[in-house]
Amino acid sequence: MHSFHSMLNYFPEEVLEHIFDFLTSHRDRNAVSLVCKSWYAVERFSREKVFVGNCYAISPERLIARFPRVRSLTLKGKPHFADFNLVPNDWGGYVQPWIESIVRGRVNLEELRLKRMLVSDESLELLATFFPNFKSLVLVSCEGFTTDGLAAIASNCRFLRELDLQENEVEDRRGQWLSCFPDSCTSLVSLNFTCLKGEVNLASLERLVARCRNLRSLRVNNAVPLDALQRILAQAPQLVDLGTGSFVHDPDTESYNKLETSMQKCTSITSLSGFLDVSARCLPAVYPICGQLTSLNLSYAPGIYSDELVKLICYCNRLERLLVLDTIGDKGLGVVASSCKELQELRVFLSDVYGIGNTAVTEEGLVAISAGCPKLNSILYFCQQMTNEALIMVAKNCPNFIRFRLCTLNPTVPDAITMQPLDEGFGAIVKSCKDLKRLSISGLLTDQVFLYIGRYAKQLEMLSIAFAGDSDKGMLSVLNGCKKLKKLEIRDCPFGNVALLADMGKYETMRSLWMSSCEVTFGACKTLAQKMPRLNVEIINENDQIEASVDDKQKVEKMYLYRTLVGPRKDAPGFVWTL
Amino acid sequence: MDMISKEHKKEKLGFEETELRLGLPGGGGIVNGDLENSQKEKNLISCSNDSVKSPHRAQVVGWPPVQSFRKSIVAVQKRNSEEGGGAAASFVKVSMDGAPYLRKVDLNMYKSYQDLYGALGKMFSFFTMGKCDSRGMMDFMNERKLMDVLNGSDFVPTYEDKDGDWMLVGDVPWETFVGSCKRLRIMKGTEAIGLG
Repeated sequence: MHSFHSMLNYFPEEVLEHIFDFLTSHRDRNAVSLVCKSWYAVERFSREKVFVGNCYAISPERLIARFPRVRSLTLKGKPHFADFNLVPNDWGGYVQPWIESIVRGRVNLEELRLKRMLVSDESLELLATFFPNFKSLVLVSCEGFTTDGLAAIASNCRFLRELDLQENEVEDRRGQWLSCFPDSCTSLVSLNFTCLKGEVNLASLERLVARCRNLRSLRVNNAVPLDALQRILAQAPQLVDLGTGSFVHDPDTESYNKLETSMQKCTSITSLSGFLDVSARCLPAVYPICGQLTSLNLSYAPGIYSDELVKLICYCNRLERLLVLDTIGDKGLGVVASSCKELQELRVFLSDVYGIGNTAVTEEGLVAISAGCPKLNSILYFCQQMTNEALIMVAKNCPNFIRFRLCTLNPTVPDAITMQPLDEGFGAIVKSCKDLKRLSISGLLTDQVFLYIGRYAKQLEMLSIAFAGDSDKGMLSVLNGCKKLKKLEIRDCPFGNVALLADMGKYETMRSLWMSSCEVTFGACKTLAQKMPRLNVEIINENDQIEASVDDKQKVEKMYLYRTLVGPRKDAPGFVWTL
Repeated sequence: MDMISKEHKKEKLGFEETELRLGLPGGGGIVNGDLENSQKEKNLISCSNDSVKSPHRAQVVGWPPVQSFRKSIVAVQKRNSEEGGGAAASFVKVSMDGAPYLRKVDLNMYKSYQDLYGALGKMFSFFTMGKCDSRGMMDFMNERKLMDVLNGSDFVPTYEDKDGDWMLVGDVPWETFVGSCKRLRIMKGTEAIGLG
């Protein structure tokens, strides 16, 4: 070993660096930097893409100190349950301090990817002003900015390749941000503004598309009408990914006929989405490209019912990824199962988003899909009901699940036939799917399901639990058994202090733990915070301001804890108390 | 499991039948209001800030777990379809001879000629001082009788089609009519001679 070790050190650093260049995954690079000091040193100077799963786990200064050559930064802010209104908007996750540090650090930032962060126009203006080489901005589920910020990016980033806005809440300032792209801008490869609510100048958009010959991905918003889409497609037949705007028109018109023709010429489109406003009578325009699609997202399309969905989907024989609403029904899923043999990922969303009615999707649809689509590895499935028998069959048909997320409308509904808990069904899933990384469970569930999860889900990284379990044993099974667990989010479960405090060191191996409406008390949270200085234990108490003297026996409404190298954050609002 | 009531025995469970229990699972059902843990009550909201009509029963915050972004899109889509600005809208102007102003109807809101007359009758009954009610219009269409309304004149519903011609309402199937109707005019019978 000793001679080998010194042989490796004999390699000049440039060689090591060249070898490390082949490592693109941040996990691989993290592993490599732990080998020895010299590898750590070489790796840190050569890393260009840095991924930060929790923006409060590290400070921007320390990041820049370790990775001075960083060019691409990914940051995530709020916890996942923020998507469902469980976290107040101003909880945190501000990108401004990061951008300020990066400016001060003279970093040559080219790419910024943010998820669930608060982004201000000022932040975007800083980006646009100080990073002349800026190439790629991807914002997912962010908020706090307006179209003025986008105008700054468009105006100043001369080499912008990618502007990708997904599911952000953006205030429309009617400033014609899209017209701010100068005539000299020809570098765009990807433009996605589906989530914007306001109008854009259609003529500017058409000119922009015409001059960006490398444009591969274009997703417009609902304000772009069908005839404008036709003119755009005529200019950009090279598109690979298309998100339509408003897909409503009288099919008996010349405009619509032209669209059909232009669409037929787009032989490279493999990904189709949009349809936030769509008339079923217009869908046939899309039929010619169905056979080439690998990804189809109809999950925002209102009022398209099962028959029409099926007419479209039955042509999509190469489909690998499908997102639909539950209006497709079990029968429609049966058609998917027989038409889409290459399917890998399926998401069935609720059309009735408040869940007050029924949904046409049950365990039958899931079983049909699992039987017909052997390559299925990722599913998100909202349904009316479920049975153990169905889950067991699904587990047998599809042992390759990496992501399995099930959500029953009624969170504690038992097996629809036997009235038993769904423990056995989910147990079968975790036992069969040895590579399972992400799991969300739902329905009537006892401690038994957690025993199964702890015993079999050895690769599990993220687990979401709601209204499940009987006692601390449940949570303990998971903490003890799931060695690779990174994110655990729990709501409305009878897990308390015993489970929380049993293995405090475990939380340093995880990114974060969320527990709300459970049985943990202030006292236990304080104990945990005291014993583990490298954890931030945050209590979110929206109703009252935090009082200095809180009864230790009082139950905590919402607790979010995460590992961190930089101690309690300084930007926590009044209703967040870091213990 | 005594929290599972006999209502659950039905094969297909509707949400209304399986009452959402907020008690701890397995610990015996605790119905809304009868809670020891007052914090659980804080999870109930009555959807007062939603633009969609809220259900009478209180809902649990964040369940079902639908992204708030998705909910906001759906709210906009619902608003659009209610205002008629969405995919399903097909607004046409309706004029009635002698009325001081025109009205607009969304033809896609109706499934048949009868539905349409019901609505038109209600809209213009004011001008005919209650003499022409919806049934009268329907009788006309059903039996092709000219009707004595408003100073002895008869009223005939006509429409302008895609080619610009004025046609008598009722000849073609409803769907065809909706697809080709550009505007409606309720003519005085004296002018209608020569149609149909």
